[in-house]
Amino acid sequence: MQPLLLLTLLLLSVGAYHLGRKRAFAVAGGQIRNLHSLPGFYGFYAALWCGLPALAVLALWAIAQPGILVNWVVAGLPPELQNLPPDRLNLVVNDLKNLVSGNFVSSASDPVMVEAANRYRQLRAIGNAALWVAVLSFAIGGIAYAWRAISPALRARNRVEGIINLFLIASSTVAIFTTIGIVLSVVFESLLFFRQVPVSEFLFGLQWSPQTALRADQVGSSGAFGAAPLFAGTLLISGIAMLVAVPIGLMSALYLSEYATPKFRAFAKPALEILAGIPTVVYGFFAALTVAPLIREIGAAVGLHVASESALAAGLVMGIMIIPFVSSLSDDVINAVPQSMRDGSYALGATKSETITRVLLPAALPGIVGSILLAVSRAIGETMIVVMAAGLSANLTANPLEAVTTVTVQIVTLLTGDQEFDSPKTLAAFALGLVLFAVTLILNIIALRVVRKYREQYE
Amino acid sequence: MSTTAIDTQVALNGALNRNAPLRQSAGVQVTDYENRQTVGKITVDNPKMVCREVNVHYGQKHAIKNVSLDIGANEVIAFIGPSGCGKSTFLRCLNRMNDTIPTARVTGQIKLDDDDIHAKEIDVVQLRARVGMVFQKPNPFPKSIYENVAYGPRIHGMVNTKAELDDLVRESLERAGLIKEVEKRMLEPGTSLSGGQQQRLCIARAIAVNPEVILMDEPCSALDPIATAKIEELIDELRENYTIVIVTHSMQQAARVSQRTAYFHLGDLIEIGDTDQIFTNPRHKLTEDYITGRFG
Ligand SMILES: Nc1ncnc2c1ncn2[C@@H]1O[C@H](COP(=O)(O)OP(=O)(O)OP(=O)(O)O)[C@@H](O)[C@H]1O
Ligand SMILES: [Mg+2]
Repeated sequence: MQPLLLLTLLLLSVGAYHLGRKRAFAVAGGQIRNLHSLPGFYGFYAALWCGLPALAVLALWAIAQPGILVNWVVAGLPPELQNLPPDRLNLVVNDLKNLVSGNFVSSASDPVMVEAANRYRQLRAIGNAALWVAVLSFAIGGIAYAWRAISPALRARNRVEGIINLFLIASSTVAIFTTIGIVLSVVFESLLFFRQVPVSEFLFGLQWSPQTALRADQVGSSGAFGAAPLFAGTLLISGIAMLVAVPIGLMSALYLSEYATPKFRAFAKPALEILAGIPTVVYGFFAALTVAPLIREIGAAVGLHVASESALAAGLVMGIMIIPFVSSLSDDVINAVPQSMRDGSYALGATKSETITRVLLPAALPGIVGSILLAVSRAIGETMIVVMAAGLSANLTANPLEAVTTVTVQIVTLLTGDQEFDSPKTLAAFALGLVLFAVTLILNIIALRVVRKYREQYE
Repeated sequence: MSTTAIDTQVALNGALNRNAPLRQSAGVQVTDYENRQTVGKITVDNPKMVCREVNVHYGQKHAIKNVSLDIGANEVIAFIGPSGCGKSTFLRCLNRMNDTIPTARVTGQIKLDDDDIHAKEIDVVQLRARVGMVFQKPNPFPKSIYENVAYGPRIHGMVNTKAELDDLVRESLERAGLIKEVEKRMLEPGTSLSGGQQQRLCIARAIAVNPEVILMDEPCSALDPIATAKIEELIDELRENYTIVIVTHSMQQAARVSQRTAYFHLGDLIEIGDTDQIFTNPRHKLTEDYITGRFG
């Protein structure tokens, strides 16, 4: 990169802006009214002409430069080196680059290499000088072009806005392409995994023990990739969490929006939202050190066996964590139902509870469903609490008092520690990730559907 | 400027002895702008609602000042007056909708038939079933047309079977003059109707619970002349069975639909009387100024 060049270019563009404005004033005879656009737009027009083509040259150079330089240097190497097989040649080139950047390499004493390195440096210096010249001439050429192009009839605003539009589109596509990239890489790795473990076994197999053998004769390391226990565990814990979060969250939303005095609401709503700001690790040790032992003691007191890490403990604490997701959003949507709906209902002689159940909740339903689905996806993706409080043992059970494990926890354990990157154990993490992604996607689609259906009905 | 003790006595006497002469005799013109004592006869022979010395405060703001008037059975009474004078506030006292505003404080006596509506044994829910309300902006619930009308009868347990409910819904829509337009689309959302249709739906919704009094707060302010004419016609028909209180900014509308008119000014009830008399021969200078368009 060329920070100095970039800075120069920036300064030139700023200059171009002022020149463009001045020029616009000049061609308009000092009367802004004569111009198609405001003078600032002519300034931006000139600045863009100055900056963009030059930047494009710079970018092209940054992409092409390493390849070209290497080609030139290699062409100057003695024939016996040039004719090496490609992978050996690569090694030589790597050595050369290390030499250039001043690292210590074994071939430092080889005069051929030293000479090549010198030439590399030389060529690079020439290239950089050429780049300066090219970029600056493009920048100044751009200014000159803009200078000539600026006339009262020039639609500078439309041009500038067109370019800005392009930038906005590009920015929004960054997120989209990143998502697509992540999905593709996950899908690709999952395909590798499914080449070794059949899909049906992965989805429906009841045995999960991802230790693969390093040597074929090792004991107890057959490797089983039936993920059903993980799905069951995730479902169990998320289910418990939702059982806690949905009723409590909804009722507190109703209380806050319909019954509480404004004063109490102003205090209680932020207080509830603080719950969402507590780091999940803190919830994790709260679950592991406080809630889990408590549940175990209570269980012992009534004669139940409770594992020291239980789905119940993790689910309860997770439920508390996601209460604000449900309550805060639901409260917002219930509040957003127009006062005239409440008035209409009260004026017909409805009580508060009738008004809530028959008018407010139906009207707010899309938003409430949305908030619940958000909470569900939060619960499914939550990792820390489960790692600390639910355990690692992949039991297939519906008993909330036993230890279970979840998809996210297993992804963590599969990828921590040194791993070969193509063993089924590692690849299994991607397959699990794919499942998580698919489930979240489906949840979102359902949420959109529900919302749209009720929109049609209610608006 | 509020009513003095003697005037209060007069008002109370009026309530007790309906034929007692009131302070202002007919034909006398009040030219004193500062005079805020009610001009005209506040009583009627056959009252449905009786309001005495009603005061409303919103926090510190005194929005209704010592207002006393009768609302006759099966009459249409119009409340007129400049914006902010307290027409809506007074209207909302009549079915205790002001209860839903935390800052509002209502004092004084309001009777429906012989029941004090503020008495402990009166359930506000039942009161509102007896005194229905239609709002300025149509506010159908986000439910189907059918469900909008069925809402009231359902919550009050007015019907036993689905067939009865169907009949009641149809009958209410018919009386609101809407049935022809919505017969085929009872299950479509109420919000899909036009503004005028929505307002008639709200009227149908209000009469479905078979109230005795219907309060209407500028029911036509969001409607075009044709929809307005329909609703005025409807009000005229509804008068046979209901008592109607209507707030309006349109003098013509008040003249067309009402038998009595009350003029409010900055929280005071300035003048009340037969609609004909108010519009042809107002006695208070403020009333005259308002109806002749000199201000407001
Ligand atoms: N909820 C409220 N809180 C505080 N003040 C209020 C409230 N509602 C009305 N007021 C005040 O009470 C006064 C009477 O208001 P009201 O709505 O009854 O007037 P109105 O005669 O219906 O006017 P309009 O013709 O514009 O509807 C106004 O000064 C208004 O500002
Ligand atoms: Mg009003």
